[in-house]
Amino acid sequence: MHADPRRQRQEALAGALSAAGLDGLLVTSRANIRYLTGFSGSAALVAVTRGDDDRSTGGGHQPIDVETVKKDFPILDRREHGKRLVYLDSAASSQKPTAVIEAMSTYYETTHANVHRGVYAIAEEATRLYEQARTDLARFMGAPRPSEIIFTKNVTEAINLVAYSWGRANLGPGDVVVLTEMEHHANLVPWLSLKAERGIELRYIPVTDDGQLDLGRLDEALEGAKLFGVTSVSNVLGTINPIKRLAEAAHAAGALLLVDGAQHTPHMPTDVSDLGCDFFGITGHKMLGPTGIGALWARAELLEAMPPFLGGGEMIRDVRLDGFSTNDVPWKFEAGTPPIAEAVGLSAAVRYLEGLGMDAVREHERTLTGYALSALRESHPELVIHGPPSADDRGGAISFQYRDVHPHDLSQVLDEAGVCIRAGHHCAKPLMRRLGVGATARASFSVYNDEADVDALVAALSAADALFAL
Amino acid sequence: MPGLEDLYREIILDHYRNPRNRGELPAPPAHTETGFNPLCGDEITLYLQVDGDRIEDIKLSGQGCSISQSSASMMSTAVKGRSLDEVRAVIRRFKSMMSIHESRLDGAADGTDEADDTGPRDEDVKLGDLEALQGVVKFPVRIKCATLAWNTLTQALDEVGATAE
Repeated sequence: MHADPRRQRQEALAGALSAAGLDGLLVTSRANIRYLTGFSGSAALVAVTRGDDDRSTGGGHQPIDVETVKKDFPILDRREHGKRLVYLDSAASSQKPTAVIEAMSTYYETTHANVHRGVYAIAEEATRLYEQARTDLARFMGAPRPSEIIFTKNVTEAINLVAYSWGRANLGPGDVVVLTEMEHHANLVPWLSLKAERGIELRYIPVTDDGQLDLGRLDEALEGAKLFGVTSVSNVLGTINPIKRLAEAAHAAGALLLVDGAQHTPHMPTDVSDLGCDFFGITGHKMLGPTGIGALWARAELLEAMPPFLGGGEMIRDVRLDGFSTNDVPWKFEAGTPPIAEAVGLSAAVRYLEGLGMDAVREHERTLTGYALSALRESHPELVIHGPPSADDRGGAISFQYRDVHPHDLSQVLDEAGVCIRAGHHCAKPLMRRLGVGATARASFSVYNDEADVDALVAALSAADALFAL
Repeated sequence: MPGLEDLYREIILDHYRNPRNRGELPAPPAHTETGFNPLCGDEITLYLQVDGDRIEDIKLSGQGCSISQSSASMMSTAVKGRSLDEVRAVIRRFKSMMSIHESRLDGAADGTDEADDTGPRDEDVKLGDLEALQGVVKFPVRIKCATLAWNTLTQALDEVGATAE
């Protein structure tokens, strides 16, 4: 007779919960227990189940035990070119913990049905899980209400939603949108499209030589502007921008503040209320969640006033042959069957991160980035590192040039050592031009990276020397 | 599993370190064309001096990885002084060497049997040093690097043709 692995997991979980004094949790619904089995049972994750008090994104957590965390990410067992996988490209997309993978497969195995439609049990359960994901994400982002969370495909779609819906309702010829030189194409192209279509004016906040926003003439740039769009953390330079200050300046000028939070939410506590912004976009696959889901948070009154974005099922209240009326927020902006399993996976990712504690995540990555900056500078003095010199001012992304070796070639050589870094323009071509380079090499970190990963990078860089020495 | 030695052959590194025909030509009279690889940001600007049906001179500027730069450098030596028909044959031959993956990626095979009656037969075209780039097909992501200069040259020749008509 074969043992049922799911039953084994449930029993193991029940044992772990009991040992942690959490027996009470087992009186929750069967569905919840099923989803809890998705967690790997590490001490940090058992803490997730303890109750809402510990689920804040704030303080009180233990430092991250990377050795334990690594075990939660099955892909890190993979060997590449005979070497252990050293994944240093989390700014492009993070890897997924077992908790996320199992939450999604369990959902498909036990619960899947379309949401907001069926009146049968599994459809109601799917709807509840989908809406629970909204609640989880709202809590994680510090959003006052879950209904202010619109699920999108990613942050790109979130910004496009703002540009198409809010932008087309509020911007006309000569209206000003302020952006920065360090934006990802996702926060440039939607506005360039509006410029071409409607003749809006775009102004750009320049970037200083050490990779910070040059805010010397901020008020001048914001004068008369209707919207200021800025990345919270640069995906190239790692720069953490002073969003609170920017929100105050934007509001003082009568402009709204839109934040690209793609590189923020995976790496540090997010509190949209505290930041004081008006729009905040996130992407799930960079924060340990699945691909195909992200979100836009916006203040309720803005969402109420905005026209719908995509049209179709779900987003309507009534459709007649001569017109339609829209559903309530947030569904007004969610046309068609949404990514349900992905929402369940994102929910699991949020709970996983909350279990670690976002303050602990930030501290871990700040320390690791500091270690990497020192190790790279000491071992390879000829390396040019872009962005702020101190890890205190940076997220976990480090872009650099290595001698005259093109980033593409560097990445190819590092791959031979099992080290995955990104090479290219990182969807920030205007910033590449500002830096005077065509491309950069970029190493970026997440919760599962440690000093040994940085050491592997440093060692592999030396191999490139031999091959490309000019 | 393909190794780095399949990709970074010595002749490739030599063209990367010492690129041939690097520079610019006054345009006009030279034709210019710029090609981009949107994946990695590589850029190549090509200057083409065509006299009658012959490429009198060719210069290249731009930036890119060792594969894109060496491919451009080798291409320049392979086409300089050749007739336009010969050049088109070399382009077809090179692209067919790369086409195993290109056809798979783009859903359309590059023609290898389209040589018109006036030009040389493609199978007679010798690629010489360019054969060293054959290893690139084992690294599908890098095929776009190797073909950047060639696609740019194709565009430039189309321009030349359009201007001549």
